[in-house]
Amino acid sequence: MYPSKFDYHRPSSVQEAVQILSSNPDAKILAGGHSLIPVMKLRLAAPAALVDIGRIDALQGISRSNGSLRIGACVTYHEIANSADVQAAAPALAEAAGQIGDRQVRYRGTIGGNLSHADPASDLPAAALALGATLHVTGPGGSRSVSASDFFVDLMMTALQPDEILTGVEVPVAQSGTGSAYVKWEHPASGYALCGAAAVVTRGASGSCTGASLCFNGVSSTAVAATAVAASLVGSDLSDATIESAVGDLSIPDATGDMFASAGYRQELAKVMGARALSTARDRA
Amino acid sequence: MGISIELEVNGASVSKEVEPRLLLAHLLREELGLTGTKIGCDTSQCGSCTILLDGQAVKSCTVLAVQADGGEITTIEGLANGEYHPVQQAFWDNHGLQCGFCTPGMIISCVDLLGTNPQPSEDEIRHGLEGNLCRCTGYHNIVRAVQDAAETMNG
Repeated sequence: MYPSKFDYHRPSSVQEAVQILSSNPDAKILAGGHSLIPVMKLRLAAPAALVDIGRIDALQGISRSNGSLRIGACVTYHEIANSADVQAAAPALAEAAGQIGDRQVRYRGTIGGNLSHADPASDLPAAALALGATLHVTGPGGSRSVSASDFFVDLMMTALQPDEILTGVEVPVAQSGTGSAYVKWEHPASGYALCGAAAVVTRGASGSCTGASLCFNGVSSTAVAATAVAASLVGSDLSDATIESAVGDLSIPDATGDMFASAGYRQELAKVMGARALSTARDRA
Repeated sequence: MGISIELEVNGASVSKEVEPRLLLAHLLREELGLTGTKIGCDTSQCGSCTILLDGQAVKSCTVLAVQADGGEITTIEGLANGEYHPVQQAFWDNHGLQCGFCTPGMIISCVDLLGTNPQPSEDEIRHGLEGNLCRCTGYHNIVRAVQDAAETMNG
């Protein structure tokens, strides 16, 4: 299966890429291509031009400074999953990246492509949301920063404008007392998340919970935060019984279902995966 | 509009002018005649088209030829060097195939797996090969072949 014809651009800087996007309204950004090329082959997408950002140096690499980790948009899942910096600073992100697709896909797929595509059943959006990631974006008018909670708008829709490029993702480095985890129940054929849960937990000196975050992939049209469950854990002892009881009250009002798993089933699954993510994050805190 | 690309394929330099939409799998099979690389599902799932691009196992049906510009490619044809690669030999010895269609991609993935994890457990082998489907379901002998190859390569 061939994609439809398109013009191919390979800019060497973000500015050049933005210029090409601005002057080609029907252009799409090509990063790893592991979501875009399959839909182009199926002719579900037929952009007039592709802007290949895969060789822009500024979009590569993982660096750590001032309490945060900066991950370039073109860093692959493989690099994230195997980065000692990410494993130490944001284990939930490394775990999520390591569970996407398969070995071959992880060598090509990128964090920027994943978050911009905003597939609700993919693994990175909930991890980015739970970790409080900041997404850096550049467009013709300059650069801006968007919090993960403002970035995911709806099913495969983000706050990115058509002429903007996601350049990097900034994740806070876990401080002492903070742990995070990502666990998922995957579709046995596709590997996509029927439900993926990302949790971040902080414990104070006494061991009680001083902060918590719990987010899900796969159960709704976007990654969603279970804010009420997380809030109910603050001040608690984070025992297994406390976590079980907190997730028992989980309600995702806009849960979605399909022929494989109903909305109700996914919601129940979210309670189980949520508890597992929270207890693993607690053990790491 | 043609784009000029240069690649090193199985050790030989290749210069081509390609359409941007040409997939790497089609470049290898149709332009270079390297039909050992198979196209199975065409939807990035089955792994039959797996090749090494700059040393990493990738699905060549999901990479544009222009994206591979400047890269080094190894296909199943480039693996043997006078004699079979240890992974090829192990597939032969353990009958790690039935119909053989998935075999070139499976072997390339195994080479990549053993390159990053020279002594994988059975579980790590099965997990490491999740991107390659064998429709004959001949997985048991494939796993035995990988274990055998690991032993040979660790000498």
